[in-house]
Amino acid sequence: MSASHVVSSTRTTGEPGGNVLRYTLIERVHHWLGFFFYLYCLITGLAFWSPYMFWLAALVGGGPTARFWHPWFGLGFTASMLWMYRMWWRDMQTTEADLRWRKAIKHYIENDDQNLPPEGRFNYGQKLYFWVMIYGVILLLISGTGLWFVESIPEWLRLLSVTVHVTAALATIGGLIIHVYMGTAMVRGGFSSIVRGEVTTAWARTHHRLWYEQVTKSAPGKK
Amino acid sequence: MTQTALQIRRISGHPGPVPGEGVERAEQVCKLVDTTTCIGCKACEVACLEWNGYTFTETTFDNSYQTMPETAWNYWNLIKFNEHEREDGTMMLLMRKDQCMHCADPGCLAACPADGAIVQYANGIVDFQQEHCIGCGYCVSGCPFNIPKFNSATKKMFKCTLCSDRVSEGLEPACIKSCPTGCLHFGTKDDMKDLAERRATQLRENYGISTAGVYDPPGVGGTGVIYVLHDVNNPEAYGGLPKDPHIPWVVKFWKGPAKWIGNFAMLFGVVGVTLHYLRYGPKEVHEPKKENGGQP
Repeated sequence: MSASHVVSSTRTTGEPGGNVLRYTLIERVHHWLGFFFYLYCLITGLAFWSPYMFWLAALVGGGPTARFWHPWFGLGFTASMLWMYRMWWRDMQTTEADLRWRKAIKHYIENDDQNLPPEGRFNYGQKLYFWVMIYGVILLLISGTGLWFVESIPEWLRLLSVTVHVTAALATIGGLIIHVYMGTAMVRGGFSSIVRGEVTTAWARTHHRLWYEQVTKSAPGKK
Repeated sequence: MTQTALQIRRISGHPGPVPGEGVERAEQVCKLVDTTTCIGCKACEVACLEWNGYTFTETTFDNSYQTMPETAWNYWNLIKFNEHEREDGTMMLLMRKDQCMHCADPGCLAACPADGAIVQYANGIVDFQQEHCIGCGYCVSGCPFNIPKFNSATKKMFKCTLCSDRVSEGLEPACIKSCPTGCLHFGTKDDMKDLAERRATQLRENYGISTAGVYDPPGVGGTGVIYVLHDVNNPEAYGGLPKDPHIPWVVKFWKGPAKWIGNFAMLFGVVGVTLHYLRYGPKEVHEPKKENGGQP
């Protein structure tokens, strides 16, 4: 892996007990924009999904309001995902380190982190989630456009759109459940990093050692 | 268009049991359209507009009698004309009054996610309740007859009500009342089936139309609008009447097993991460023993 693009942030201290900048302000803003748009689509989408969850529509102003805004918020989510893709697509390529890490994923699940190969800025699981959301949003956008203008498309496309929209939505929900769990409960410090941007050096060394070494040791121009 | 006088037996998007589930009035209402005596005068179209308070919309011209290609949100009843060529090369003008078929097993109602936006009354009429409609258009995907139409101004779906307001007061639908040839009949399903079968028999035996028959498709549980056709084996010739209509299997799967698979998967995910936390807890951050001390 080449050092030039691993780190979007440059402000580091690297001192023990000090902090490392993990997410820049613009990265955090787009993460939370995406979260906001996705959350709206999730609540309204679940309302349309099952009669037993239709009451969720009341939380956002009722069924007709939910139906009106759902596609627009979907476009908002697409825009924020597009931005996240622009920021992170290079960081999200699978590396040799990822393949070694994936082989040892059992240790990660069991919190046996000492026996894990070191990872870069994002580990393989994070990359997987990123790509699930990227491909998910592409499918949701295309099928959602069909459902938005359902009268204007042929029957086979209506049925295909429904199938794809539901399947892609469920896949992203599955990813989201794991993402939220890991970002809040499982990996302590992860949540504050996406809120305030910084992690402790110990956190960086524990979870993303290759990245930590790069941001602390390699000065610009020293590879 | 809620009719308090009519008891409801099916409700769209409704969690839990429906109060009137399964109830049927002794008499299911039914409209019989005899295409062999229809003259295509469009009186039924006018009566429909008049009774339901709509005005004429701009029509299209495509070198035929066809006023417009299909029904619209404010045009629920349309004669479909087809210049049909018989096998011997002679022409025949097929005319069919197209409107909601009021299926016994309605696909629109199955697909609808909004509680109470589509109901089926105990007398068999399928009716849209615009005050509960969210305008999602799922009913369009569920309908095998291309009937529900979207009003982009009000963001609600509309279709023929079988004049549920008139029927609840003991009147026949407006279209029936206006028909000058008597090709439209309204009554109980049993009576209409009987009348239709007798007419089809008459056509076969007295008029030599051996293919005459009754269109009451079983794929949607039978319909509240039935047709007598000259050629029951070729309903498509009558402006695209589907030969074997049924709720699309995708819609059935989506509204049936997919719900439970999806709900179970989501529940599995939430329970799974919770169990993981109970078993393994949060990840520890390893503080290094000394500065730059190799493996922490």
